[in-house]
Amino acid sequence: MAAMGLPAGDAARGEHIYDRCLACHAIDRDRTGPRHAKLFGRRAGSVPGFPYSAAMKRAGEAGLVWNDQTLDKFVENPTGFIPGTRMGYAGVKDPQERADLLAYLKQATQ
Amino acid sequence: MSKIIVPAFVLARRSFISQAMLSATAIALLAGNEALAASNDGDKQNGAGEQLAATSDVEILNTALGAEQEAIAAYQVGAESGLLKKPVRDLAVTFQGHHKAHADLLAKTVKKLGGTPSEAKTVAQYHFPTDKLKTGTDVLRFAATLEKGAVSAYLGAIPLFANRDLAKAAGSILGDEAMHWAVLRQALGEAPVPDAFVS
Repeated sequence: MAAMGLPAGDAARGEHIYDRCLACHAIDRDRTGPRHAKLFGRRAGSVPGFPYSAAMKRAGEAGLVWNDQTLDKFVENPTGFIPGTRMGYAGVKDPQERADLLAYLKQATQ
Repeated sequence: MSKIIVPAFVLARRSFISQAMLSATAIALLAGNEALAASNDGDKQNGAGEQLAATSDVEILNTALGAEQEAIAAYQVGAESGLLKKPVRDLAVTFQGHHKAHADLLAKTVKKLGGTPSEAKTVAQYHFPTDKLKTGTDVLRFAATLEKGAVSAYLGAIPLFANRDLAKAAGSILGDEAMHWAVLRQALGEAPVPDAFVS
């Protein structure tokens, strides 16, 4: 089911969109970016031992928790949402692609 | 420039939250105001976020450097796996050499810009899924996945560089890694160039 204000996502399509993340991320291991396992409901900057940017750590300390809304905004424009993040990626601009990606992540990261 | 109307309950938290250097959109989401967050889409277009604390070119380069260092290690694992035969093994070593050249350039540029290049990890520290690499095809598919991801990563980084020369250099690396991806797909018996655009 789609979260409020977001289109319904298709996890199968989202798995292909996740390919774009695979230079830096994996579901079950930290790489250049942190692991995505247990992403939903996780406080930003909180994977133990991962060397986050100061900006991401401070976002988590300020109360940022990853959910449909926050991930949608972050994935759309990472450096705009959390200036100073090390995720130097312009973002996934298409709302349907983001919804598909989040549908896949929700399924794959439980 | 769009005007952002911030409710009082958000302002009350702002002195604390502003320490986190979040964008107005993030602040609104933290305050539970999705409508305000949606209205702040102009943030992303007008550079308001960047005024807070931009992700610097050095940080973008260092992230790319980290991915290149991992690719070098991954090709080392592939080359030493015994699963790749000539001439495919030679090809993997050639591609590894390209990634070394990219990493060298990125590290030098980070230094030139006053930053500290990220350090490569040991192969063991990357925790590659070696238990899933049983055949030469598995190794090639793993490499192709990394190369495709690298193309997407550079494509996503290029628009963020403040320095256009760095964007050009990243485009040059992107082109090389797209060729790696195409050749690996060809070796896997797949269409080497599956689409008109990369994403």
